[in-house]
Amino acid sequence: MNLSVLLLVPTLTAIAILLARNANQSRWIAFAGSAIQFGLAFALLYAFSHERTNGNYEQMLFVQQYNWFPAWNISYHIGVDGIAVAMILLTAFIVIAGVLVSWNVIYRTKEFYFLLILLSAGAYGFFLSLDLFILFFFLEVAVIPKYLLIGIWGSGKKEYSANKLALMLMGGSALVLVGLLGMYFSSGHEKTFDVLRLAQLHIPIDVQRIFFPLLFIGFGVFTALFPFHTWVPDGHSSAPTAGSMFLAGISMKLGSYGCLRVATWLMPDAAKEYAPIVILLSAIAILYGAFATMMQKDLKYINAYSSVSHCGFILLGIGMLTKTAITGAVMQMVSHGLMTALFFAVIGMIYERTHTRNVSEMGGLMKVMPFISTIFFIAGFCSLGLPGFSGFVAEMTIFMGSWQNTGLFYRVATVAACMSIVVTAVYILRAIGQTVMGPIKNQDYLQLKDAKWNEKLAAIILILGIIAIGVAPFWLNDLVRPGAEIIMQRIVK
Amino acid sequence: MPNAIYIALIPLLPLAGFLLLGLFGRRIFKNNSGVIGTLLMMCATIISLYVAYGYFFEYGKVNGVYQKLIPFKYAWLVFSKDLSIDMGITLDPISVMMLVVVTFISLMVHVFSLAYMKGEERFSTFYAFLSLFTFSMLGLVISSNIFQIYIFWELVGVSSFLLIGYYYDRPSAVAASKKAFIVTRFADLGFLIGILVLSFYSGTLDFNELISRLTAPGSDQLKAAVTSSFMGISAITWGTFLIFIGGAGKSAMFPLHVWLPDAMEGPTPVSALIHAATMVVAGVYLVARLFPVFAMAAPDSLQIVAYVGAVSALLAAVIACTQTDIKRVLAYSTMSQIGYMMFALGVAKYGGENGLGYTASMFHLFTHAMFKALLFLCAGAVIHFVHSNEMADMGGLRKKLPVTHIAFLIACLSIAGIPPFSGFFSKEEILLAAWQQNRTIYWIGLITSGMTAFYMFRLYFSIFWNRDFNDHHSAHNHHGEGGGLITIPLIILAIGSIVSGFIPFGNFVSSDGSRLATGFHASFSIMPVSIGVIGILIAGWLYKKQSDKPDKISSSLNGLYKTAYHKFYIDEIYLFITKKILFNLVGRPAAWFDRNVVDGLVNFTGNTTQVISEKIKGIQSGKVQQYAIYFLIGAIGLAALIIYW
Repeated sequence: MNLSVLLLVPTLTAIAILLARNANQSRWIAFAGSAIQFGLAFALLYAFSHERTNGNYEQMLFVQQYNWFPAWNISYHIGVDGIAVAMILLTAFIVIAGVLVSWNVIYRTKEFYFLLILLSAGAYGFFLSLDLFILFFFLEVAVIPKYLLIGIWGSGKKEYSANKLALMLMGGSALVLVGLLGMYFSSGHEKTFDVLRLAQLHIPIDVQRIFFPLLFIGFGVFTALFPFHTWVPDGHSSAPTAGSMFLAGISMKLGSYGCLRVATWLMPDAAKEYAPIVILLSAIAILYGAFATMMQKDLKYINAYSSVSHCGFILLGIGMLTKTAITGAVMQMVSHGLMTALFFAVIGMIYERTHTRNVSEMGGLMKVMPFISTIFFIAGFCSLGLPGFSGFVAEMTIFMGSWQNTGLFYRVATVAACMSIVVTAVYILRAIGQTVMGPIKNQDYLQLKDAKWNEKLAAIILILGIIAIGVAPFWLNDLVRPGAEIIMQRIVK
Repeated sequence: MPNAIYIALIPLLPLAGFLLLGLFGRRIFKNNSGVIGTLLMMCATIISLYVAYGYFFEYGKVNGVYQKLIPFKYAWLVFSKDLSIDMGITLDPISVMMLVVVTFISLMVHVFSLAYMKGEERFSTFYAFLSLFTFSMLGLVISSNIFQIYIFWELVGVSSFLLIGYYYDRPSAVAASKKAFIVTRFADLGFLIGILVLSFYSGTLDFNELISRLTAPGSDQLKAAVTSSFMGISAITWGTFLIFIGGAGKSAMFPLHVWLPDAMEGPTPVSALIHAATMVVAGVYLVARLFPVFAMAAPDSLQIVAYVGAVSALLAAVIACTQTDIKRVLAYSTMSQIGYMMFALGVAKYGGENGLGYTASMFHLFTHAMFKALLFLCAGAVIHFVHSNEMADMGGLRKKLPVTHIAFLIACLSIAGIPPFSGFFSKEEILLAAWQQNRTIYWIGLITSGMTAFYMFRLYFSIFWNRDFNDHHSAHNHHGEGGGLITIPLIILAIGSIVSGFIPFGNFVSSDGSRLATGFHASFSIMPVSIGVIGILIAGWLYKKQSDKPDKISSSLNGLYKTAYHKFYIDEIYLFITKKILFNLVGRPAAWFDRNVVDGLVNFTGNTTQVISEKIKGIQSGKVQQYAIYFLIGAIGLAALIIYW
């Protein structure tokens, strides 16, 4: 399979949207483009599994490499392993759902869809890249549209949030850039940005000690590493629905993917040394995020803080440095992406109808909007880690992997992470109890309409993804585990 | 070996029911939903009876010992070569017995609900949830892997949540459903960590492997689990104790019982199925499933099981004597009876005569399912008739509800342990086991059994005797007992409550699978039975006719009565811990800290940058003269530096 198609399709879609004659056309173009992308992601999954079952155990499959800037040894180098395939699948799910829930955007529709699709192109490029330079390029492509999406189509204190988000993420990117350059210049006399080459080199430990933290924190800002997570609540609450979905579903995963693929894989010795700090910060994020969520009243803040907590699991899995924990971390990336996108989608649906996101003003929505309320239930249950949904599988894999590390510190961190399942249940049930259950507080709500076709379709797509992992996790496990194994080989050495 | 496909059908039929009714119930099936759910359930019941017959009489026994059969196993999530979550089917005496109990009681409840829930707005949703619960519970009992049981454990919990909150527009139902879920979730945290501990030391998640590795004397795994310790307690004791916490939460053992009485907010058939007969005994089942590990490797944990069970039995019985809501009385009596099952397990040992407690516990689980489901369904019929849960609104109903009256009486005699009703046999066995192993627990059990007889007959006399029923506040009530769909399940369960005691349980279920002879000990039975009779007589003396005697007694026992009436203030303690400590001392500071300190730093950085740039932006003024001066100063400064350095 030619991976460049995955970049070409969103690029062409974005151009076509710009050429569209009216808003409606741009909608359908975006939908068609994301549907093709969705199909391509499944084609990739199929082609990848086909190659693997036929005994092709290359680290990266479908590799393409063209010299781009020979003087600096930069090349257009792309390829995928199981982890990247999982992330591309996730992106495809979020993009199509995001396009669908944005159907009602009327202000500057064309530009809105253009930015959404541009962002997805950046994300695909990021997950495909095997060259750190183009990886960084795509990272930036995925960040800048965020600023505009929030600044123009946002709500509330949107300028503040857009600035905060852009500045913090840019700060993260700056650290990443320094880290990447550091690796470039310490990669021997024949300097290289090539991930596969770097993965064979042994960067001196002193160099790793300096650049690992830069890269990990830089990428960590994206994935809500404590204490660099405060853009998350403000950014999400001001973003338009699809913006929040992309932000939590894709952007935060760029960070965790970077932490794993770039920081941990390429600098395994420092990863081992700094692991206790990573574990400490992520255990704090998990519990602290969960407790902070308990006190929130705004639905978007609830989900944003819970994202801090849930993304803590990803970093915890990465920090634990066992095969199972890393597999779990990747599963959690996919699971959290789908689940949180679903959550933001349903919050958007509720907000569009009730014009409030304050839980204490709602109540009894089940009576008037059974479909939307059912989605809310499902998103909530997935979030609190109910078996049958993806969150359970990912969390349990992380717990099992973490417990393999003996030593009191690791055990305490794991138990602390486990404790969050209770706190999560508290805040999720509180949100469910106050919004969809209980008596109707506002009589105007009796007129509200249930979900429309586009909203239903978006929700069903995401729910099917969640259930496909929750009920049959073996396919994702088989996909991701070999990738985790490759990373672990460097760690164990 | 049985065919795995039709055994798998037992849980899969209710699952199909859930999917069908959940997706299409509201639009397509509407009022037929109940019939569809019931028919699927009936098929599942027939299959499970068939399996039980086959297992117990045809293929289950090899050389006089019942075997553990695993007709199906699929690696669902593989962690490493040894560690994997499998979805499998286990057939052994207790799982087969539970299959029968769950499908049978569920079928009765399905039938009963056809009439009881008729006309409800979310009728099809009710049946969908009921099917979901039955599926989860069946999946739980046939689990072959400790993580599989955890998965279904959680699913059972969520079905319970959905059904307690079935009347989602009632704030009390919402609160009760939340409480049930969160309290059991808290207990499940123990379960989860227990799984992690046990799987770490045994190196497996498979029940069979885990049990054999942790019980084989001298095995490396057992040695490691016994020698490594944390806070002076061995890893295996920790692991089993933590798992027992999970079981105690689900089975409403003290002090994790607070959710059960509130769970009575759910529709009464749900209480009968989930909160009396099946889900709440899951904790007992879990301990029984891991019994060899408890008994052989972690006797300390088993002691805890015994005392927690005994204390719960007694405490619940005391509270039950003071409650006035009939469903709550039944809820506490459930807790008390599960306490019996727990301490029976707790006093048992592995194998032979000393395993009597194990057999007795399972026996009581079986008989209790019958008579407690019957009690709840009767209560449902009564509530349906008087539209109230309060004893004060009842009385003299024996003429209005003759079938219910007789059925209720049978169930009461059974739970009070009066021969020849089923409860008598199972309770005698439990008391005998306790007598042989632990006298303290025997006396607690004996006292509790007297109180059980008292509060059950207090209930019986208050509902059906006491005073004449005045019709005025239920004038719209002409439906009487409610027809065959209500009475037939009652009659069937009443028959079950009588005959199930005569099953020679020791032939089928014992701690090591071989036959355990359980005789009838007339001399031993004299004491418990006479205590039960005394309890009944006191209840009859106080409540058969309307009088002021009960009030006089309760006011003479002022302090004790009040404390018991307020359930020993355990709810208040929990409320204090959650509201005051968790919310105010942890949650609120965390949220404040995040907004003001962490985010404050971010904003501070941003603002400082802005302020500084505001201050220094004047330097780049664009005025050439100013630049010339800066240039001059700089040049002189550099020159001075070079010259005088």
